[in-house]
Amino acid sequence: MIPMHRRDVLKAGLGAAAAAGALGFPAVLRAQDAIKVGHLTPRTGFLGPLGDYAYRAAQMAVDEANAAGGVLGRKVELVSEDTPNPGVAVTKAQKLIERDRATFLIGEISSASGLAISEVAQRAKLLYLNTGWNSDEGRGARCQRYLFHVEGCNTMYTKTIGLWQAREGKIRGAKWYFLTADYAFGHDLYRVSSKFLGEQGGVNLGNDMIATGTLDYSSYILKLRQIKPDFVYLNLAGTDQTTFLKQYKEFGAPFPLAGGVMDTIPFWAAGIDALSGYWQSLWYHDLKEKGSPEFTQRFVRRNAKPPDNQAWGEYVGIRIALQAIAESKSTASADLVRHLEKGAKFDVLKGREAWFRDWDHQLLQTMYVVRVKDKARSKDQWDIFEIVEPVPQPGQSLELIQPTKAENPCNLPAI
Amino acid sequence: MPPVSVPILLEHLANGLVVGAYYTTLALGLSLIFGLGGVINLAHGAFYALGAYLALETQRLAGFGGALVLSPLLVALIGMAIETAFLRRLYRGDPLLGLLFTFGLAMVGEQAVRIIWGASGHPFQIPEALRGFVTFGDFVYSRYRLVVIAVTALAIVGLWVALEKTPWGMVVRAGTRDAEMVRALGISLRPFMTAVFGVGVALAGLAGALSAPLAGIYPAMGNEIGIAAFVVVVIGGLGSFWGPVIAGLLVGLIRAVTVLFWPPAAEASMYALMAFVLLVRPRGLMGERWVEFGAQ
Repeated sequence: MIPMHRRDVLKAGLGAAAAAGALGFPAVLRAQDAIKVGHLTPRTGFLGPLGDYAYRAAQMAVDEANAAGGVLGRKVELVSEDTPNPGVAVTKAQKLIERDRATFLIGEISSASGLAISEVAQRAKLLYLNTGWNSDEGRGARCQRYLFHVEGCNTMYTKTIGLWQAREGKIRGAKWYFLTADYAFGHDLYRVSSKFLGEQGGVNLGNDMIATGTLDYSSYILKLRQIKPDFVYLNLAGTDQTTFLKQYKEFGAPFPLAGGVMDTIPFWAAGIDALSGYWQSLWYHDLKEKGSPEFTQRFVRRNAKPPDNQAWGEYVGIRIALQAIAESKSTASADLVRHLEKGAKFDVLKGREAWFRDWDHQLLQTMYVVRVKDKARSKDQWDIFEIVEPVPQPGQSLELIQPTKAENPCNLPAI
Repeated sequence: MPPVSVPILLEHLANGLVVGAYYTTLALGLSLIFGLGGVINLAHGAFYALGAYLALETQRLAGFGGALVLSPLLVALIGMAIETAFLRRLYRGDPLLGLLFTFGLAMVGEQAVRIIWGASGHPFQIPEALRGFVTFGDFVYSRYRLVVIAVTALAIVGLWVALEKTPWGMVVRAGTRDAEMVRALGISLRPFMTAVFGVGVALAGLAGALSAPLAGIYPAMGNEIGIAAFVVVVIGGLGSFWGPVIAGLLVGLIRAVTVLFWPPAAEASMYALMAFVLLVRPRGLMGERWVEFGAQ
């Protein structure tokens, strides 16, 4: 070995440092100055399967943002936390805010956890984008100045399928029986859906509150057979939807089903054999609107399976947040809130542009009526729906499926 | 809610018995493992989930019937391997060690399942031949559930025969009652403990395989049912045979009645029953008085 003199080593070292400085330092600076996406989602528990898709979509959104050069010249970094219940959600939200110095919070699927996180975010005056939970309460009685909703609310879901059902004559005079998940989301959805039923002239035969994570619905289905409703209205969530659908089919699916919520993942898990009827959807991977097929393709390439509505929500939500940062040239939450409230428009892969309502921060967007596909024509385990029509139709106001100020009042606190 | 007539009540009670038979299968395995080894198997739910996932895989090779045989067998083999390699070292020490180990095993099991098969649920359909329902007059019932009750009844009876009518069973029962004496008679309980652990978790795996068409397959499926199994065992009496059988059926019946009259309390009803039993008869309905135990 050639003996290396100390001087040579020093020169080499200095040279390397200078090179690193020229090439590496700017990158190091950007990473330290990164925009931190504080992501919260349940990866375990009855909403776990949805959280998994949410996480994958969040990763994809952040990777694409960085591939495009970051935002405001800064790298985007995803810090994702598992939130299996509201208590943990609050702790993780605080951790993201205080320890990780998140630029904004985004995510969550459980309404109970989401409401809790929104209070933490409001106290910290940090922007929080809801991409997964539906309770109207979060857009109404418990709305927050720093809370915005990309996900649809219970009224949107109810009215999307409800208006279509009313047109088809399935509501006036019809007898409905409800099965409801016994937590914040379910109670809220029952309130909204039973009210809608009453307004449209339907008959409410009753409601059963069912604990989340219930494994056996046979007793409830036996009850339904005795009650003989015209429709069974499902207000269940996550894996409970799957379990119920399978067992309902097992008992012969005696009455037509409808529901106040439809997440594609639980329906995939039930399998097309267990499904029937018409449902509402926030987004489905068969959508042909500009941007959607490309998004679907990119997701499939990364994950070997198509995205669902939850993945769409996370992806679009992160893009909205980053676009808001780029357009307002600021990462300060107050600036972002004002920017979103001004009605900044966003492409949410549905053809029609979307924007946030200034008084309740709900994203105004299209939803869809979908129909369970004929099994013979289904190409794979994910091909379960056909899109029937967008709601509202092109040309109709996006306010059509939204709760009105009278229905769901919200008083936003000052910034 | 229409008035509840006797036929309707009977229909619900019959359904409750089916659910109960299901809990019994799980609880028996748990009770057995505790009775002989003094091990509280907190990983019981994980073996239940494993049974379902293995049924998913073996069904492709051997059909559903084959899966019902192969899956519990594989679960038993895995269980016995774990018992031989790790668990048996912990019998001598503080009982808490065994408990901590199975607790950790439960978490590792769930994550392993998640890594191997993914975090999303897997669809699992009732096999063609078992679909549809049978009618007895006014009473309509799912054919598959009748199969479930038949298979679980077979498993329970099979276990009873093995315990009561075979020499192997005699040693196991004696070891449950007084391990010291059995050892004094020159019989090593170690291989029996391994076998019992295997049988116990095989029952859990069987219950999991049977549940797959009913409730789907997803990584967290073992958690809730694992807790339910414990509740049933505590009500019935740790270490007994008939205790979990009676307790399982009772839990199923009470749950069915609660759904009929007060649905939100349905899932909580078993815990209320457990609290009541613990207050009135802490050793469980048919549990033995607590003695020193363990297959050291």
